Amino acid sequence: MTEPLIDIRNLTVDFDTGHRVVRALHGIDLAIQSGEAVGLVGESGSGKSVTWLAALGLLGGRARIGGEVRFEGHNLVGAPASELEAVRGARIAMIFQDPSSSLNPVYRIGQQLAEALQLHRGMTSGAALAEAGRLLDRVGIADAMRRLRDYPHELSGGMNQRVMIAMALAGQPQILIADEPTTALDATIQAQILELLQEIRRDSSMALVLISHDLGVVAENTDRVCVMYAGRIVEDAPIATIFEAPAHPYTSGLLAALPELEGPRRPLVAIPGVVPEPWNLPPGCSFAPRCTEFEAACEAAVPPAVELARGHRAACIHARSGVA
Amino acid sequence: MMRYLAGRLLRALLTIFLVVTFAFFVLRLSGDPALLIMSVDAPPESVEAFRISWGLDRPVWVQYLRYIVHALTGDLGNSMRDGRPALQLVLERVPATLAITIPAFLLKIAIGVPAGIYAALHRNSLADRMTMLFSVAGFTMPSFVLALLLVLVFSVQLGWLPSSGSEGMANAILPIVTLGAAGAAILARFTRSAMLEVLGQPYIRAASAKGLTWRRVVTEHALPNAAIPTTTIIGFMVGTLIAGAVVVESVFAWPGIGRLLVISVANRDLAVVQTILLFVAATMVTANIIVDLVYGWIDPRMRTSPR
Repeated sequence: MTEPLIDIRNLTVDFDTGHRVVRALHGIDLAIQSGEAVGLVGESGSGKSVTWLAALGLLGGRARIGGEVRFEGHNLVGAPASELEAVRGARIAMIFQDPSSSLNPVYRIGQQLAEALQLHRGMTSGAALAEAGRLLDRVGIADAMRRLRDYPHELSGGMNQRVMIAMALAGQPQILIADEPTTALDATIQAQILELLQEIRRDSSMALVLISHDLGVVAENTDRVCVMYAGRIVEDAPIATIFEAPAHPYTSGLLAALPELEGPRRPLVAIPGVVPEPWNLPPGCSFAPRCTEFEAACEAAVPPAVELARGHRAACIHARSGVA
Repeated sequence: MMRYLAGRLLRALLTIFLVVTFAFFVLRLSGDPALLIMSVDAPPESVEAFRISWGLDRPVWVQYLRYIVHALTGDLGNSMRDGRPALQLVLERVPATLAITIPAFLLKIAIGVPAGIYAALHRNSLADRMTMLFSVAGFTMPSFVLALLLVLVFSVQLGWLPSSGSEGMANAILPIVTLGAAGAAILARFTRSAMLEVLGQPYIRAASAKGLTWRRVVTEHALPNAAIPTTTIIGFMVGTLIAGAVVVESVFAWPGIGRLLVISVANRDLAVVQTILLFVAATMVTANIIVDLVYGWIDPRMRTSPR
């Protein structure tokens, strides 16, 4: 296997709330190859977004970050601001859940795109504006040159997400982190945006990290999926493996909750219980209280990730035998 | 846009008209100027003669109509105390008031805005806590208390500055500081919360994710947005340039409009009080219109789309 593009090792995040310190990430190990498309799936609060915000140093002063994020020979954890600024947008771009409020309301679309182009490609403002128009056209916005003069509130949510994608492309990044890019959009627009991301990936060698709570969305758009639960990756496998042989009971639970398009109709099964609060984790495996396979040994220790096959890891004591 | 402006202007004129009407009737219900000016033991004939000469013997609504008709021609009546036109009396006092309120206004902005921004950017730091402590002290303390404290320290103890009067620039310093401190405190608090609100918005994180330095995120992305709510409070402060110094002018015996207002109310000098209130209403309303226009300029969401 070649050297990964980005290699996250034992990444931890603690939030200092002033009263107590709460651990949000419990040692994430995640390596992404150049051009790969990886999905991050899990319920809210499982640490999907926090992983990438931490990697880029975007969590703010209250977060304490441990571990390593190796990228192009540097460790981004604890790196000086100037080094992180050189990575953000230019090497690793990120788009967010709520496109309309991720754009600055007081600037025109064109100004915001041109700002990124001037920053990353050193263009003059005239050249940047022309290139901004080309990028808008590239992400499928009709009448691009005229749209440059619009403000974000004059565009729909889907259009704004296209603008955000255009802005991410401005830096010609090696990785695009798409943090729930379609959650705030309606279903037809959602499909269009995902299609656009696929198209861009085909045209460039850009790696894609698709963060979603929707396993279905991830399955259709990525090669590999990491299932996260309560600040840990509980299973990491190629898409096909996840569907054919899920090793972690949580993954099986997510699959059972997913409707099938083909085959006989069956009732959807919800996973009982709720995600534990990060300051109130159960002993041992965090999923134990909700798990159908629960046994006393689950509470003894946090199960380590076990390599079941090439490219398939799971953190469950039952996974050792290869059956869930 | 022109229609909007015309509507706005019409409402402004209506507001001023209502204020003037209200003042007219309340003043006439709350005391007899004839008795106050002529003194209580004056012979009844001369009190009656005074009433007739000022038209106070006629029904109130007749007095009101006369007042409105005259006001529309620019005649706001004469002072009952020295017979001079009320407008002239008030206009004479405007420069003195502006001489302390304008520097105080600039002081508020020069201290309040940077302090609020700094506090927001260093949230929960010692500097933030100190700023907020001074801010709470500044706007909870009544201005006459602060005025007296300043006099005690700088006039009585240190002997650096005069405690009252209007002989020169030195006399203006304490009134300006008193007015400025309270306003700066309010503005600091307002600016801080506006900044904190903006810094928590998704577009700030998105701007950082784009690769901009924190300095550029703050100056180019946060400040223009935080300026929107801050404009409201600054606009309100513009509205108080004429009438915001009543207490301070009284404490420091500063010969401005505020002091004239206090004296005229005490004397039931009807025309003068009405003229001052007209001025106050007009500045407030004008400030509001300016705020609306500035809003449209700094916040594109307030503009009506031409399409």
